[in-house]
Amino acid sequence: MSNAVIDKSAVAGDAPRPGLKQPRLPKWTPIGLALISVGLGCGIGVAGDLSSKTQWGLIAALLFVLISFTLTTKVEGSRQAKDKLATSLIWVCFLLAVIPLVSLIWETVDRGRTVLDGYFLGHSMEGVQTILPGGGVYHAIIGTLEQVGIATAIAAPIGLLTAVYLVEYGRGKLAKAVTFFVDVMTGVPSIVAGLFILTFWIIILDFDYSGFAGAMALAILMMPIVVRSTEEMLKLVPNELREASLALGVPKWRTILKVVLPTAIGGIITGVMLAVARIAGESAPIMLLVFGATGINNNPFDGAQSSLPYYVYEQWQLGNDASYNRAWAAALVLIAFVMILNLLARGIARWKAPKSGR
Amino acid sequence: MAKRIDVSGLTAYYGTHKAIEDISMTVEPRSVTAFIGPSGCGKSTFLRTLNRMHEVTPGGRVEGKVMLDDENLYATGVDPVSVRRTVGMVFQRPNPFPTMSIFENVAAGLKLNGSYKKSELEGIVEKSLKGANLWNEVKDRLNKPGAGLSGGQQQRLCIARAIAVEPQVLLMDEPCSALDPISTLAIEDLIGELKERFTIVIVTHNMQQAARVSDRTAFFNLAGVGQPGKLIEIDETERIFSNPSVQATEDYISGRFG
Repeated sequence: MSNAVIDKSAVAGDAPRPGLKQPRLPKWTPIGLALISVGLGCGIGVAGDLSSKTQWGLIAALLFVLISFTLTTKVEGSRQAKDKLATSLIWVCFLLAVIPLVSLIWETVDRGRTVLDGYFLGHSMEGVQTILPGGGVYHAIIGTLEQVGIATAIAAPIGLLTAVYLVEYGRGKLAKAVTFFVDVMTGVPSIVAGLFILTFWIIILDFDYSGFAGAMALAILMMPIVVRSTEEMLKLVPNELREASLALGVPKWRTILKVVLPTAIGGIITGVMLAVARIAGESAPIMLLVFGATGINNNPFDGAQSSLPYYVYEQWQLGNDASYNRAWAAALVLIAFVMILNLLARGIARWKAPKSGR
Repeated sequence: MAKRIDVSGLTAYYGTHKAIEDISMTVEPRSVTAFIGPSGCGKSTFLRTLNRMHEVTPGGRVEGKVMLDDENLYATGVDPVSVRRTVGMVFQRPNPFPTMSIFENVAAGLKLNGSYKKSELEGIVEKSLKGANLWNEVKDRLNKPGAGLSGGQQQRLCIARAIAVEPQVLLMDEPCSALDPISTLAIEDLIGELKERFTIVIVTHNMQQAARVSDRTAFFNLAGVGQPGKLIEIDETERIFSNPSVQATEDYISGRFG
């Protein structure tokens, strides 16, 4: 009511307003400007004899932002120009962020595919002369699968239950202390987790190197990530659902088990999968605790094993062309492993997500 | 089957804050009792003390007695879980379980409390959905998610879910405030049918609604911000809306209030 009155007086009092239609740049302007600036950037690079391609790219990016800003100011006015400035800055930042990612994947695929085949995936390095081509990554895949599997089997249930405690039951000092230590654990460097298990398990308790020892260190790294992500997911479950269930006379533990966890399960699984992807790439605890091996050892509880990140490091250390190729191929296997896990997580999250389906 | 509720000297707290003070009243069986009053006067809090949902809120605690026929809900040794099976609740916003189908939503209270045979469940689900006037609209899509229904249908689904566990009393916390007039009418008709079987208590901000559906009306008020809410009077609905015995009630009902 009052708003309408104010609007009327404002319109009546002012000079006649400009129409709603204003000059606009054509839709293809951003693409055209981008091409022009890339051309100019290359031109300046060649003319100025700049050796680094990075400089060419940066000049092009700068030119793109400047040209689109001034052009829009001239044609469309200053408000639209600010909008264009922000848009073009975001695009430039996006490209800067994507370039390393794409070049990393390109490089790994390009170099890794030279030796990556069925033989490479199915054989170990047992008895292979390291300066000659041949050999494979089978023992490292087995090691990674077993170590990561055991670590997940330890860390996922503990992390899940901790998060359930923090969100559903935790009150007062104990909950605060748990939250604090989870935060601290998130920052523990992997080598420190490895050293802790080394001292505790191998030096004090006098066990041998094994995949299991490495898995324990990986579990320490994984646990806080699982707690954090699960906690966030459980907090997203509306309180009304808990109350609805409690009001039906369902005990709290069944409410958590049958209503809260199923509602959040997609997000929880995604969190666990991301944590798995994170620990699958750890090499420091493996060096300390699993020791590394060239042959196949299927038993994670006895004796040295290998793992994919460790294998990459080991092959790179050998320093000849054959081993470089093997290192790249193993890196490609590792990336593929993590990528498959992520895709699985997304699939499960989509499949389990609460459905609205009209 | 429906039970009488007898409240005496009930005071409820959130931590140190006293939300309602010294409330005593009787809720008659097989009738509809409406609670009206300004926001923040403790209607919902009082409603939640009637099935021990108040203590679910962190810091929530209660003093006083709530007798359900001859049992005190707050006596030592009383399990809040069994209280809530006897005294059901419908909330302000429809809240069907998003992971469950329409069928599973209605069966939730039974399924989560023990094992039932499928044929037995089917009978109860059909009966409850018919009781909530929803059966004809959803009988062909019982396996679709409950969240796919319209707001009014979702609220009737929640009522079906609440009556499926055969409670003695049904508490409704502003069940129509998120609904359009047509869905509201459907639920008001439903309340009229349900009072044949249950004792019904309804909180509402809509005074016409209280006048339409309830047999008795209780007016709550608070002296000022931060003060505990109190029961001003409870009487036959007709009397409250025509000739209340307290001036504040008349002021509130006629809109001369605050």
